[in-house]
Amino acid sequence: MNDVLTDQPQAVQDSVEEVRNGLESAGYIPSRQIATAVFIARHLEKPILVEGPAGVGKTELAKSVATWLDLPLIRMQCYEGLDEAKALYEWKYGKQLLYTQILKDKIGSVIGETDTLGAAMNNLHAFGDMFFSHEFLEPRPLLRALEEPGGAVLLIDEIDKSDQEFEAFLLEILSDYQVTIPEIGTVKARVAPIVLLTSNATRDLGDALKRRCLHLHIGFPDEKLEARIIASRVPGIDERLLKQLVSFVQQLRGLDLKKVPSVSEAIDWAKVLVLLHTAVLDVELVRNTLNVLLKFEADIEAATKGLAGLTHKARQDAGVA
Amino acid sequence: MAGATAAPTATEPLRRFLQVARGAGLRVSAAEGIDAARAVDVIGFSDRTILKDTLGLILAKTPDEKNLFDEAFDLYFKRDTLAALDPEDEESADQGARPPERPPEGGAPQGGDGMGGSGGQSLGQLLEGDDRAALAAFTEQAAREAGLENIRFFTQKNLYTRRILDRMGLRAVERDIEAMRREAAPEGMGRAQFLENRLAQVRDAVRDLVERSLVLYARGETERFREELLKSTRLSNVERRDLDRMRILVRQMAKKLAARYAKTRRRRLRGVLDTRRTLRRNMGWGGVPFVTVWKQKRIEKPRVMVLCDVSGSVSAMSQFLLMFLYALNEALSDIRSFAFAGSLIEVSEILEKQPVEEAISKIMELIGYGSSNYGNSFADFEDGWMRHVTNKTTVLILGDARGNRTDPRTDVVARLSQRSKRIIWLNPEYRSAWGTGDSDMFRYAPFCNLVTVCNTLRHLERAITDILDDAA
Repeated sequence: MNDVLTDQPQAVQDSVEEVRNGLESAGYIPSRQIATAVFIARHLEKPILVEGPAGVGKTELAKSVATWLDLPLIRMQCYEGLDEAKALYEWKYGKQLLYTQILKDKIGSVIGETDTLGAAMNNLHAFGDMFFSHEFLEPRPLLRALEEPGGAVLLIDEIDKSDQEFEAFLLEILSDYQVTIPEIGTVKARVAPIVLLTSNATRDLGDALKRRCLHLHIGFPDEKLEARIIASRVPGIDERLLKQLVSFVQQLRGLDLKKVPSVSEAIDWAKVLVLLHTAVLDVELVRNTLNVLLKFEADIEAATKGLAGLTHKARQDAGVA
Repeated sequence: MAGATAAPTATEPLRRFLQVARGAGLRVSAAEGIDAARAVDVIGFSDRTILKDTLGLILAKTPDEKNLFDEAFDLYFKRDTLAALDPEDEESADQGARPPERPPEGGAPQGGDGMGGSGGQSLGQLLEGDDRAALAAFTEQAAREAGLENIRFFTQKNLYTRRILDRMGLRAVERDIEAMRREAAPEGMGRAQFLENRLAQVRDAVRDLVERSLVLYARGETERFREELLKSTRLSNVERRDLDRMRILVRQMAKKLAARYAKTRRRRLRGVLDTRRTLRRNMGWGGVPFVTVWKQKRIEKPRVMVLCDVSGSVSAMSQFLLMFLYALNEALSDIRSFAFAGSLIEVSEILEKQPVEEAISKIMELIGYGSSNYGNSFADFEDGWMRHVTNKTTVLILGDARGNRTDPRTDVVARLSQRSKRIIWLNPEYRSAWGTGDSDMFRYAPFCNLVTVCNTLRHLERAITDILDDAA
């Protein structure tokens, strides 16, 4: 797995380039840092912790890695109160009960021939474990990711929403790719899954978790990158409109807003503009569609004030009179 | 491990860089160091941008750390290239081609004969020759031998400068110069003068090197050292210029505590079945337990009432206590704060509406700095707010209990102690001063659940942790 490339700088660049091309083929335009992170994560078999503002494509990255490598994507959404029963495995209580009911008659035949209570117990012991076997185990996302025969991409989404205890519980999986189920034993991954954790930093994650992960911070893309991202997501978009749009969105991010428009919102807006057959941004049109970009009344108001200036600047940047 | 055996040439610069990163304030654990080494094995040193991205992924885990990391990375690798040149900056421009890595080999184009420093020429010879690159390499070598990378505090600057110069053979040169002077031959005098001038340059260069290294290796350490010091300084002695730093520290401590206690309002006791509720839930299935219900523990947020003495003697302490409590807002459900000196007023609203610093100065203006009258203030409290005290309320009193010989009104405190969950008295004076002069501490003490000395940030943290712990 670890081909040592130390002496071949070209080879390293090529490998990073390969990751970039792979992700691009899956429809994700990565920055250099993102490509490097994915490359390193695959080589060191380490999870990536992705942080950044909402809507910059953290979740999308995981999906694209899965598409590119043709691996199943297993997604686990975190929330307050999430525990092992929902994340790792659960016993199928219902099925266990049903089976005991159905098999009631058979129990007589199993213990029927013994004379003493002790012997009957011994006979039963042999069957006891049956109810705590793989048959009755309901695998949840984490266990499924480990059991996937060809490896998988495991996305642990919004880890910051989960409780601190859950974070501690993840440590075993993140560092050794194994979990311990008391009744069965330790389950180890055949192929280490590629793990991505995302966080919006609503709370500080523990040091232990951070230490086990590569830490990737995705910020808003620069103008060029954003143009490429939108172009790949909205294929039919006119070159000049794209330039105006990107310039406008980037300017909006410079304003003092409650929530600045994210990349995904910029893509939505691009789709709307294409649907409306827009060629040139004008103030009226922007005002009518601004609610796609901005989600707070106060933000829309703040942006509307300077709208003429922003639109004009956007047109200028794109070289449209 | 991944079986990657690191070549020694690759690990040495990395090891030193990790040290620099730690010095810059990044917390790099041993495990992360190993990861970094493995990553470097894969990608090598040749492509600086990829190297920077990679090490950044592994070593820096917050936006702040990313900035620190970027700075340290640039500084370190810039230093590496620069160290290959002349330490005397003004002439460094005439150095032509310079390979970017590994300082000792750096001077190779010109300094071929002077290389190897310790094995080759002495300092005297190097000074006489005009080979700056060789001299620089020689200095680097001496610096490494002297363990310059271990420098931590600015007070060590002279020590390390001396050590490096000694290792370079300064003494011998000085002896030579003296000998030449004594002979007093005219050409000897000229040479002595020449050597002396060069020596002065070298001294400056070494001092410069030490200073740069201090910036590189020790910035984080000094900061941490100062912070540790501040945490255990008596708050009344904190100097004005350190106030900002103190505010940041208080906020950090409070944030840490808040994070620890904010989320634990309801804790599931996993594995303890709530039999009664399980049976009820499963009535529909004839009592067959399809759905299990586990026991939960409900944890209450503490309700706190704080009475702060803001008279001259205690005001420094009060400021920090209030700052701390308001930064804790998340973990405390209900704080009401009162300030008193001659009389008592409620200040919760001021503190809630305005940023802490402004609020505190406003409170001080309103009521602070006078001479305190504890009896009067407690009476005020009883009249206005005693009815809000419940058996869930923790009353926190901060003051030195010096009422200027006025009636201490211990009867009010007695009633307060009956109504409330508990009274904690934080006294900024040392225990030995209690009860002396006009101090009424021992009169109040019987009614308090806890009386404790509290005059540093550390004491404050401990006291507040106790309050939060007991609520659980």
